[in-house]
Amino acid sequence: MFNKSKKNESKLHQKERKLAFFLLFPTIFIVLSIVIFPLLANFWISFKPISLGDLRPPELIIKENLRGKLINKDETAEIHYRYRNSSAKYDLNNVIFNDKLPKGFTIKKIEPNNTCEIKDKNLTCNLEKVPAKSSGKIILEIATNDYWQKSKDNPKNTRPTTSYQSKNILTSFEFTFDNFKKVFSATEFLQVLKVSIYYTIFGTAGALLVGLFAAQTLQKSFKGRTFVRGLLLFPYISPVIAVAFSWVILFDPFSGVVNSMLLQMNVIDKPINFFGQKYTDISVFGYIFKFPLALSMVIAFEIWRYFPLSFLFILARMQSLPEDVFDAAEIDGASPFQQFYYISLPFLIGIISILFLLRFIWTFNKFDDIFLLTGGNAGTRTFTVNVYEQAFAISNLGAGAAVAVVIFTFLLVFSLVFIKYSKKEAF
Amino acid sequence: MFWKYGLFCSIFAGSIWGAFWQIIFTMVGILTFGIPLELDVNQMLIIGLVSGIFYINFQRIISMKIHLTAIFTMTLLVYVFNFGKPYQINESLNNINIFILIFLTSAVTWISINFSLNKISIGKLSRYDLENFYIKLMWGLGLIIFILITLIPFYIMIMTSLKNQQSLILNPLDFSLNINSDFKTLFNSYIELFTDFNFHLFLINSFFVSCVTVFITLFFSIPGAYALARLRFPSKKLFSSSVILIYLIPSIVLVIPLYAIFSQIGLRNSLFALIIVYPATTIPVALYMLRGYFSSLSSEIDEAALMDGLSRVQIIFKIAIPLSKPAIVSVGLYVFMIAWNEFLIAFMFLDDPSIFTLSRGIISLNSSEVPQQHLMAGAVIATIPVMIIFLYLEKFLISGLSTGGVKE
Repeated sequence: MFNKSKKNESKLHQKERKLAFFLLFPTIFIVLSIVIFPLLANFWISFKPISLGDLRPPELIIKENLRGKLINKDETAEIHYRYRNSSAKYDLNNVIFNDKLPKGFTIKKIEPNNTCEIKDKNLTCNLEKVPAKSSGKIILEIATNDYWQKSKDNPKNTRPTTSYQSKNILTSFEFTFDNFKKVFSATEFLQVLKVSIYYTIFGTAGALLVGLFAAQTLQKSFKGRTFVRGLLLFPYISPVIAVAFSWVILFDPFSGVVNSMLLQMNVIDKPINFFGQKYTDISVFGYIFKFPLALSMVIAFEIWRYFPLSFLFILARMQSLPEDVFDAAEIDGASPFQQFYYISLPFLIGIISILFLLRFIWTFNKFDDIFLLTGGNAGTRTFTVNVYEQAFAISNLGAGAAVAVVIFTFLLVFSLVFIKYSKKEAF
Repeated sequence: MFWKYGLFCSIFAGSIWGAFWQIIFTMVGILTFGIPLELDVNQMLIIGLVSGIFYINFQRIISMKIHLTAIFTMTLLVYVFNFGKPYQINESLNNINIFILIFLTSAVTWISINFSLNKISIGKLSRYDLENFYIKLMWGLGLIIFILITLIPFYIMIMTSLKNQQSLILNPLDFSLNINSDFKTLFNSYIELFTDFNFHLFLINSFFVSCVTVFITLFFSIPGAYALARLRFPSKKLFSSSVILIYLIPSIVLVIPLYAIFSQIGLRNSLFALIIVYPATTIPVALYMLRGYFSSLSSEIDEAALMDGLSRVQIIFKIAIPLSKPAIVSVGLYVFMIAWNEFLIAFMFLDDPSIFTLSRGIISLNSSEVPQQHLMAGAVIATIPVMIIFLYLEKFLISGLSTGGVKE
């Protein structure tokens, strides 16, 4: 009896296991093919000397020209086929060239005649190899015959066809360390690292602090609180493209509201290019120091856009805090700051540290915001913007992929820390 | 210590509110009248300070009459301070408007002082009262600042989109709308976007891509989330945590290989490419959110249904999905928002203007040839659907949280 039920249960387990696999299979498949596979492909590309132009496979480009006039019978003319390898890097191999000639011609001469032959008006040339950048010519001397006078075929009516093989740089086994050398040796590497770290730390901490402050503000109940709560989430949910461009226009040096306002109130005497100026001199008690203006603006945008997320999570956690704890503290004579410091904060520290780690990772990975605000200029180039810069602006895909590998390495370290802590907090 | 006295609190609150409202109302004045106004923080700071001291001394006997007298006195003081010419305005035009502005500044400052110093005595304060005073002050300032900084970019966005090129160049600060102008001139930018810039196509493309993404995501993530929440299978824990890890991988790390591969197979410049890539980024999120919701439902129902002879697949359709409708709707809307707002992949993949999504289309407006108000009108068009969905999402989120599984 006992045995039987155990057997049944294990059967049930097996069935469940199969079903679970069946239900999760599509997800696993999609994630493997669109996330994990490209991730590995990124490693592969980072070791390859590949530029944006190499993605277009090398082609044999052919131009056909007719030289001479064909009016009457027995007139001769020449057909010139000029071919060219479109790639500057890669050879074309096993190149075979075909063209069909109209009936109305007789062929007199083929140049070069060792590679070409004609069978039933079919011209076939075995060009074997067309090296990179090189070009060549096939010349056909033709004469019109009786049939031509009736048909008046133009020899250019039939397009030549070709077949060839070329090396695909993506799948070849050609590797190089140049991309990583380039990424690490460049003087800008340290600069990019510095900017990334500043951006990540100040962006994350700022958004968290502002979020915490906003949550404290909305903790107290007042008329219209739900409305304000919804309002404060606007920056987070709006399309990044919309809010980033409205910031750019708001701070525009020529027609922006902020600059005009400051000018009219006599706070500044000439407009400030907020997103285009790397440093601005600020004097504090006679000391003049360089303030990284564009970077600070980008960080301010990051804080503005993402404080709602922290705010929402912290507020939700605060509202799950039982009221009577505060009532008891009130009776014991605890002051508001004491209540915050000794009751709320210890309760919130879990969610705050999780939010910090999560936001830290996301801020480090942030691309859209900086790209739309400054395009990575004026001292705001982080690693993510550098991926775009290397791969698509300088067209060096390999170097871009190498930067992406650097980002992924950082990400891996952060994630390990995150997992270690999130287990404690049961996120 | 001096800062523990009510008198100091009144000086502090009075001067802070005075300076704060002076800055805010000078800006409001510039934006509504479109004329230069000199910012003078000090005058209102001093007037606020005096009013604070006045209030804390006489709050017990204060009546409506005294309120009004105080506000008018503050207004008068501003004129006295400036020898009758506040805001350094030499021309005598719009004197009524300037008076109203100063009166409003005084009134709001006075009300704020009332609010902050209510029931604060002039002598030494207890720690509790003192902290309450500072918290109240910070709360008031914080609330106003939060609302302002959130709204200003959106305000600029909408107002810029309704202006025309000449008035923008003439005076970037003039946001007074000519209400008498007809519909066509007011919404000129929007009309041009739809007639000359193919925005109707972009809208359709964005809707299409987002809806398909939602459908594919839900289709795969509902069964997956159910499996993760209910079924027992080996390495389930590992699977759950790798879902979060995959969610953390940014698209900038994936964009180069995806670009290379999609270019080679000739899929890059197509909406189909987006429909393949977007679900892959949203399925882990949806899986994670739905798994949490399914786990919160009581498993008793499932067990009862199993006893009654329903299969697991039937349970998903007949029990799990109907019970978690609010959660599924909110996850669906969330995925819609992600797909709608997505920018990087669309920017990299789409070259052909007829298949642009809204994000991609707005990027193409960001050039010196296209006027600013068109760009902002595009931004408004992209934002409105998200705002509408968000209003629904808020409602569903609340109902999703309050709908329990088994009622006990």
